[in-house]
Amino acid sequence: MDREICAPIDKEMAMQLRAGDMVYITGTVYTARDAAHKRMAQTLSEGKELPFDIKGNIIYYMGPSPAREGRPIGSAGPTTASRMDKYTPELLDLGLVGMIGKGKRNPEVIEAMKRNGAVYFAAIGGAGALLSKAIVESEVIAYDDLGTEAIRKLRVERFPAIVVIDSLGNNLYERK
Amino acid sequence: MRNIDVSEITEAVKNLCIDANHTLSPDMEKALYNAADEETSELGKKILEQLKENLQIAGNDMIPICQDTGMAVFFIKVGQEVHFTGGCLTDAINEGVRQGYTEGYLRKSVVSDPLIRKNTGDNTPAVIHYDIVQGDQVEITIAPKGFGSENMSRVFMLKPADGEEGVRNAIVQAVLDAGPNACPPMVVGVGIGGTFEKCAELAKEALTRKAGEHSKLPHIAEMEKEVLETINSTGIGPAGLGGSVTAFAVNINTYPTHIAGLPVAVNICCHVNRHASVVL
Repeated sequence: MDREICAPIDKEMAMQLRAGDMVYITGTVYTARDAAHKRMAQTLSEGKELPFDIKGNIIYYMGPSPAREGRPIGSAGPTTASRMDKYTPELLDLGLVGMIGKGKRNPEVIEAMKRNGAVYFAAIGGAGALLSKAIVESEVIAYDDLGTEAIRKLRVERFPAIVVIDSLGNNLYERK
Repeated sequence: MRNIDVSEITEAVKNLCIDANHTLSPDMEKALYNAADEETSELGKKILEQLKENLQIAGNDMIPICQDTGMAVFFIKVGQEVHFTGGCLTDAINEGVRQGYTEGYLRKSVVSDPLIRKNTGDNTPAVIHYDIVQGDQVEITIAPKGFGSENMSRVFMLKPADGEEGVRNAIVQAVLDAGPNACPPMVVGVGIGGTFEKCAELAKEALTRKAGEHSKLPHIAEMEKEVLETINSTGIGPAGLGGSVTAFAVNINTYPTHIAGLPVAVNICCHVNRHASVVL
């Protein structure tokens, strides 16, 4: 079914979502991909705070192309989520509720999603121009030196995605 | 002997970088439109319609089709009657990449050292394959390669006894393993023969062939059609969410090989299979 959801997302809402649901996300999401995840893991291992409060939030695995003048962002589609698998269970245990990416997740991530009532959305890979239209503001909030891999706070309006793995572990990629 | 100033190369490369990342070649656009008509899954059809819309937005608003504007891969055919003046050819190509990726608002996705991983800031260096040919012209083909699909590519060093069946199984296995990660519908570039590195280069170059064109070798053309059919019967579908169109094309290039070997490389490309050429 089609659903309108707000981000940050409360856990009860996240737990109602089911694999196969089409969602339109409005609100705030944060971007982080390979290098930002590595740095967040390093930060946590040193006992320090993450650059944003991860509780109830959604991370979008995305590194945009540069914005032209007068635009909030360039092309902005999802990257392959499995490269973040190594770092993800720890973030889920800290309260991360949603992830937007593309492609498969490993069993450890899915277990951590079930344990924490989290949800994994897929945006359409390779539709970066289309998806950029749902992003109305973008601000680098951490790791500026990482360029496209910096952490960005995005304001999104009706960002389209599909629930691929829900909090019960149902997985749209593994349909029979 | 014909003189070509390398500044002409830089200018051509810059324009190719920008063009290839904002508009697909007509063959790829046609493949996408055909797929949207043929797809049997409702969700798959919807996704393909969105990819069509994505292409239109990219071209109209000058937003890259995909944010991963790739590592710039080139196939350069240099006529042996050409004499380059004004600098080094390879430097001129890299300068074109630098200008194209900077002035064209393309993403800089290259790190200088694979382990230290510091971004070079201008998407250089490119990966350049040169071929020396007859004549006094230079043909430049760019194929910016995104890594979602590059990461799902494989090399199989098969045995001669594995034969054609082994090759078919290897291709299909690579596609199954890639699944949703490679942003299907894919184009599957295959190299058969040569050596370890030669088959990989063949597979990469096969991706620059026009979608819908087949090998001139009848037995290979046959294999391309049959393997495509097998891949499309897997049900992976658009975005890996199920459907009848998993690949647009299987393009196979071959080369003679050693009596002891049957190398096979499978270079997978997403639906944004960018390639553009210019002849100087």
